[in-house]
Amino acid sequence: MRNISGVDGDSQGSGIMGKKTPRRPLDIIDQQPAASSPAEIAALATCARHGNKPDELLEILHELQEHVGYVPEATLPVIAKALNISRAEVHGVVTFYHDFRREPAGRHVIKICRAEACQSMGTEHLCQHAEQTLGTKLGGTSADGAYTIEAVYCLGNCALSPAILIGDRLFGKVDPIRFDSIVAGLNKEAAE
Amino acid sequence: MITVYVPRDAAALSVGADDVAAAIASQAKAAKKDIRIVRNGSRGMLFLEPLVEVDTPNGRVAYGPVAAGDVADLFSAGFLDGKAHKLGHGLTEKIPYFAKQERLTFARCGITDPLSIEDYRTHGGFDGLTKALSMKGSEIVEEVTTSGLRGRGGAGFPTGIKWKTVHDIKGEQKYIACNADEGDSGTFADRMLMEGDPFCLIEGMTIAAVAVGATKGYIYIRSEYPHAVKVMREAIEIARQTHWLGDDIQGSGKAFELYVRMGAGAYICGEETSMLESIEGKRGIVRFKPPIPAIEGLFGKPTIINNVMSLAAVPIILAKGGAFYRDYGVGRSRGTLAFQIAGNIKQGGLVEKAFGVTTRELIEDWGGGTATGRPVRAVQIGGPLGAYLPPAKFDVPMDYEEFAKADAMVGHGGLVVFDDTVDMAKQARFAMEFCAIESCGKCTPCRIGSMRGVEVIDKIIANDNRDMNLTLLEDLCVTMTDGSLCAMGGLTPMPVMSAVRNFPEDFHKQTANKFIADAAE
Repeated sequence: MRNISGVDGDSQGSGIMGKKTPRRPLDIIDQQPAASSPAEIAALATCARHGNKPDELLEILHELQEHVGYVPEATLPVIAKALNISRAEVHGVVTFYHDFRREPAGRHVIKICRAEACQSMGTEHLCQHAEQTLGTKLGGTSADGAYTIEAVYCLGNCALSPAILIGDRLFGKVDPIRFDSIVAGLNKEAAE
Repeated sequence: MITVYVPRDAAALSVGADDVAAAIASQAKAAKKDIRIVRNGSRGMLFLEPLVEVDTPNGRVAYGPVAAGDVADLFSAGFLDGKAHKLGHGLTEKIPYFAKQERLTFARCGITDPLSIEDYRTHGGFDGLTKALSMKGSEIVEEVTTSGLRGRGGAGFPTGIKWKTVHDIKGEQKYIACNADEGDSGTFADRMLMEGDPFCLIEGMTIAAVAVGATKGYIYIRSEYPHAVKVMREAIEIARQTHWLGDDIQGSGKAFELYVRMGAGAYICGEETSMLESIEGKRGIVRFKPPIPAIEGLFGKPTIINNVMSLAAVPIILAKGGAFYRDYGVGRSRGTLAFQIAGNIKQGGLVEKAFGVTTRELIEDWGGGTATGRPVRAVQIGGPLGAYLPPAKFDVPMDYEEFAKADAMVGHGGLVVFDDTVDMAKQARFAMEFCAIESCGKCTPCRIGSMRGVEVIDKIIANDNRDMNLTLLEDLCVTMTDGSLCAMGGLTPMPVMSAVRNFPEDFHKQTANKFIADAAE
């Protein structure tokens, strides 16, 4: 596993200041690696806020992603140690769920519903339009880093299809024309 | 002071309800009108959203769909006095779409301010729980059994039996887990209820807790529902402060704590055991059954797992008695179901109606046909794992058993309508593709079968050994149905085979001779 922070993720036995201290396996504080990058510090703080409870791992990852923008590889060992679970378990959860991204996304993440109700109202066409206008495939980010477009399966707005979700904002009856005006609105907001 | 209602439901927001509310507020200020804007839930007439209502001496008058640009015009037409306007529909409760429904679970949704506990109490809220607090656990379970309530998540398992199992088992710690991972396309009833009447779900879960002696509960809400997550979290906090949750509910000595857990975009987590894994902070991998979750569920403890709609039906069952609820419905399908009419439909929305209503009534009488104005060709009922039905089968009454006889399922009551431009071979392929994307990967029939399914349907579409591949597809579907661990792999064949059987022409479109077909392109 690549450690992009350059810090040895497995720092058992080294104290907070890097001094060698005797290993006390039951003391979770001592087992935590020296978090150096802002993401690792954020990960530690998030875990602590959740009482370092392993059953709150999804909540922790959501919050971390909200804060950092994605779940950096370097935070996985930090989280594993804080929650006293294996790195494999954290890795397993991060990779299982579609929501958690392992790389930064564009400034705006546009989720387009591709499920049946939206299909019946032409979401395939909308997806193609989005891919063409933003110059990237579903799952990709536009060259200027402004937009990531993703397919989702149902946003619960099935009577007003097709639907898209941008951040916490839901849009219904999105045809290509409305899509363009929504994107233009995002640009305007960004400029303000 | 005049009260104006502008929904805060996500569907209403998706078509500009916030802008409308802001426009009404500023217009009222400019016109020096003293108004109070209440952000209510949705009435479920989603085709009219944003549906603005004005409180008048005669009742609430509806206008919709209102755009921010219509607001000035509405003011000059005198809508604050309920006057006529081209967007006006008269009294909301007299609109046929609404008036013809039988609202039990959704009785308050769209009427009250979702986060006002006073509103909730005024409209009969907590009557069920108050009654339950004076009853023995076994009596509560008995009342739910009498109601005939069956799991509204799709499986239709009798709720009373599930509760009895958890009630009868000895255990220091028991849990209530609410499945709000409403991932099926064409369904939004859970979302609407959580955003429009969150205390109803809290009340239902608390009654379940009191009945079986559980002290902790979790609501697992999908991350695609940020509004529902927010409203539920706020509602739980309010309930806690007003002692409808906590360690001494209304001085009864009974304790119940409720937590929201947000999913992370995995459809499979709507499967109950996968959901338990996810609540525990793990990968959403399906568990083997037995042991059933009622005996070994969340964190290995006895757990009631119910869908939002099942739990939200409980307050009225307790308040009015099991027999009251049981008197709605047909056959062994008792009570009401919140049908969701979606997809290519003119008047999409939520219709709560007793079992026995037909697909045709829902699509034609309520839905008014397709949005595109073309003929209806197919309806998928019960989510992505439900069957595609042709118009010839639209008269089967909504009843778990009747639908099973027609090789279909009522499921969660979602209807996705398609017009005659739909290509059913493509829809069948999508069902397999979706299963491949969302399979948890634990069992082979689902994990590998879905991939093979996509490949075989691709060959059928390309007219590559079509007849042999159709036989192979059928064989594969039998394997998936019989060999999968859960409903994901087990039911994916339902949309696939229903498409093949009900719409064979779409699988035989091209000429049998591949060379001619290629040349024609």
